Amino acid sequence: MSDSVAPPKETFRLSMLLYDSRYRGITIQFVVLVLVLLALGWLARNAAVNLAALGKPLRFDFLGDTASYDINQRLIEYTSTDSHGRAVLVGLLNTLLVAFMGCAAATILGVIGGVLRLSSNWLVSRLVALYVEIFRNVPVLLWIFVCMFTLTAIAPAPRAFRGDTPEASMLLWDSMAVTNRGIYIPEPLFSRPLGDLNLGVFNVSIELIVLLAVLAGSLFAMKWNNARANRIQTETGDRPNTMWMNIAIVIIPFLLVLIALGFHIGKPELKGFNFKGGINMSAPLIGLWLGLTLYTTTYIIEAVRSGIQAVSKGQSEAAFALGLRPGRTMSLVILPQALRVIIPQLISQYLNLTKNSSLAVAIGYMDLVSTLGGVTLNQTGREMEAILMLMAIYLTISLTISGTMNWYNNRVKLVER
Amino acid sequence: MSDLSYVRTEMLPQKAPPATSVGVVGWLRENLFSSVGNSALTVVTGALLLMLLSAILPWVFLGIWDAESLADCRAQFAEMYADGRTYACWAVIADRWDQIMFGYSFGNLNEGLYWRPLLGLALILVALSPILYPNVPRIMYVATAATLFLYPWLIWGGSIWGPLTLAMCIIGGIVAFRFASQVMITAFALPVAIVVTAVLIMVVMGPLSNGLASVAALELQPVPSREVSGFVLSITIGIVAIVASLPIAIMLALGRQSDLFIVNKLSTGFIEIIRGVPLITLIFVATVLMKYFLPSHIDLDPVVAVMILVTLFTAAYIAEVIRGGLAALPKGQYEAADALGLTYWQAQRLIILPQALKISIPGIVSNFISVFKDTTLVSIVALNDPLGISGAIRSNSDWNGIVWELYGFIALVFWIFCFSMSRYSLWLERQLQTGHR
Repeated sequence: MSDSVAPPKETFRLSMLLYDSRYRGITIQFVVLVLVLLALGWLARNAAVNLAALGKPLRFDFLGDTASYDINQRLIEYTSTDSHGRAVLVGLLNTLLVAFMGCAAATILGVIGGVLRLSSNWLVSRLVALYVEIFRNVPVLLWIFVCMFTLTAIAPAPRAFRGDTPEASMLLWDSMAVTNRGIYIPEPLFSRPLGDLNLGVFNVSIELIVLLAVLAGSLFAMKWNNARANRIQTETGDRPNTMWMNIAIVIIPFLLVLIALGFHIGKPELKGFNFKGGINMSAPLIGLWLGLTLYTTTYIIEAVRSGIQAVSKGQSEAAFALGLRPGRTMSLVILPQALRVIIPQLISQYLNLTKNSSLAVAIGYMDLVSTLGGVTLNQTGREMEAILMLMAIYLTISLTISGTMNWYNNRVKLVER
Repeated sequence: MSDLSYVRTEMLPQKAPPATSVGVVGWLRENLFSSVGNSALTVVTGALLLMLLSAILPWVFLGIWDAESLADCRAQFAEMYADGRTYACWAVIADRWDQIMFGYSFGNLNEGLYWRPLLGLALILVALSPILYPNVPRIMYVATAATLFLYPWLIWGGSIWGPLTLAMCIIGGIVAFRFASQVMITAFALPVAIVVTAVLIMVVMGPLSNGLASVAALELQPVPSREVSGFVLSITIGIVAIVASLPIAIMLALGRQSDLFIVNKLSTGFIEIIRGVPLITLIFVATVLMKYFLPSHIDLDPVVAVMILVTLFTAAYIAEVIRGGLAALPKGQYEAADALGLTYWQAQRLIILPQALKISIPGIVSNFISVFKDTTLVSIVALNDPLGISGAIRSNSDWNGIVWELYGFIALVFWIFCFSMSRYSLWLERQLQTGHR
């Protein structure tokens, strides 16, 4: 005989789907899924019906058609007889170019600004604060317009450089020209070129590959050199000086390759009504770059400032007590901790800058939106395909950037218990 | 001997600090000239600042406010200054003030309708007061609710019965929710209430508003959406996006924090897709693709379509801010709510959300600031926000070639709005600081 009562037999009843919290979740999810699928299906069906009524089935073969429009700012070969697909690729590379230039410039300016913002000099820190408040409370599109207009209105026309007594002169020993059509900078040339490597879609100059390979090799050798110094240090206690050797490892092979390839600089020269030679950065590129940089810099300044302020004072005091000099305190104690606060904010600013680069369409820089979502869309009339592709490409870029940055962020993250 | 010795018996009075370390001189020495490097920095920065100011200030303050056209401005300057100096021609702002502020709809086309956007803005300020300031009486929330329906009426015109019957249908939906939540859990009562509201809107609203309108018309002159422009357009899009995005954002954030797999993945996917694409592509979707996604007989207004997409965009960003707030709450808060026997929605409403939203306020306000700045993007799809209007003004032969004055003025207005919002956020953060997080 026993007191215990057998547990009630578990039987599943239909009402448990509503009233038993173990099963209710399934019901809710099922209902939500059905509703979402119904809504998506409704939208897709409408799109199919409307597109069929217009005789425009969802097809991407327009990418193979001849584009027949010109893009003057481009990183790879392109003529108006090329396909829309290639024009889109040119636009994508232009987007990546301005995003990269903007991120690099904004990071440099932002770090300098962030340090100056915390400067003990009242005038300087207030000026930086003023800059931040002015630039980030005004739409970035307005700044892009202002930068674009400033360049085209203030910079001299190419013809001002002509004549015996020109109104305008070139900068930096006649190697750089700032005109209202863009900025001309010197280009690297090789008198003994190795030719181009055809990657199927576009060509990459072999000189660039060789130089990058040499640099990578040097960095590898540098790593080996540092490892050797570490080994000697653990064995004997004395660390051999690695600086000069490292500098030599990086610079000498690089210089040797440059000399072997016959490196020289091609300066832009005035021929006829415009500059020839050199690299031309068109006015819209410069305007967009400046506008995005000036705007994003303000956010990076704030990120750097908050990061440095987040490191408690005791950290630097402890470092001083250990006898570290101010420079080493900054690089070994404060920065590694501040970076943990700064990097997530930097990632989101890089993403914002990349997405804001789509405003290129407002000033005629041929980026992804101007090519795929602009001229190509208008010429082919393929709104649905073009805009969906546009969103998919941007989504891929964003996810790639955030994925890479998060991977890096996880590496430098503080490992807690 | 003893009379030679000297022993001080009283304390010396404290000496004043050296003149170089107090007052203006001391402040200057400490903050501007503390070292050689610092002094050099001060001098260089000061010189640059002076150069900049001496270029900008005269241009701004010696400008002309009274002129017919840019040519007139230049003529006046030529008359005043023999050496060919020119300053700002603010006359363009004086001339086109109405157009920049109110756009075409209430300006050039329909003289005398300015009271509508002005009254609308005043209503918004009244409506915002109980939300912005904690010690305004709660009864003001009635004004907030009324503004939701009155502001669109003032801007777009038409019969007042449309917004009023819509309000009635929504009240009907809320009543249905009250009744439904007594017999079933919130997760089911919510869809029931939504269905009731939708049915009321589709079946009852049209006939009811038509019937009421035939009794007493109470109509304002309708303004087509295309003509809502200038800062009125920016503010309208901004306010709609801000107000409508918050509830969506809260649902998305809760969805992303949810244990339910499908709800979680759907919310995450939506948020990541929206955040991964630039706003301009979403605006293209609104103006170009929206007509494909709706049945062909529905003719969606482009401005409304843009508002919907901007709202979804803002909601995705704010959802992430709120998720941060939810994640920052100590787990004990959730466990305490469970221990008290609260249901999921009771716990969210009474315990979790009040705290999470409070932590998220700075992030939410900074998103509001960005969405207000981002409204300028509609100028790319040829809607006439202030930037679009500035292009139109420049294409007029009177003001062809004027740029700095227009951009400067528009920038100033945006700056005033955004700067005051950010200061308000700082103030609120201090107000809500209760000593713990």
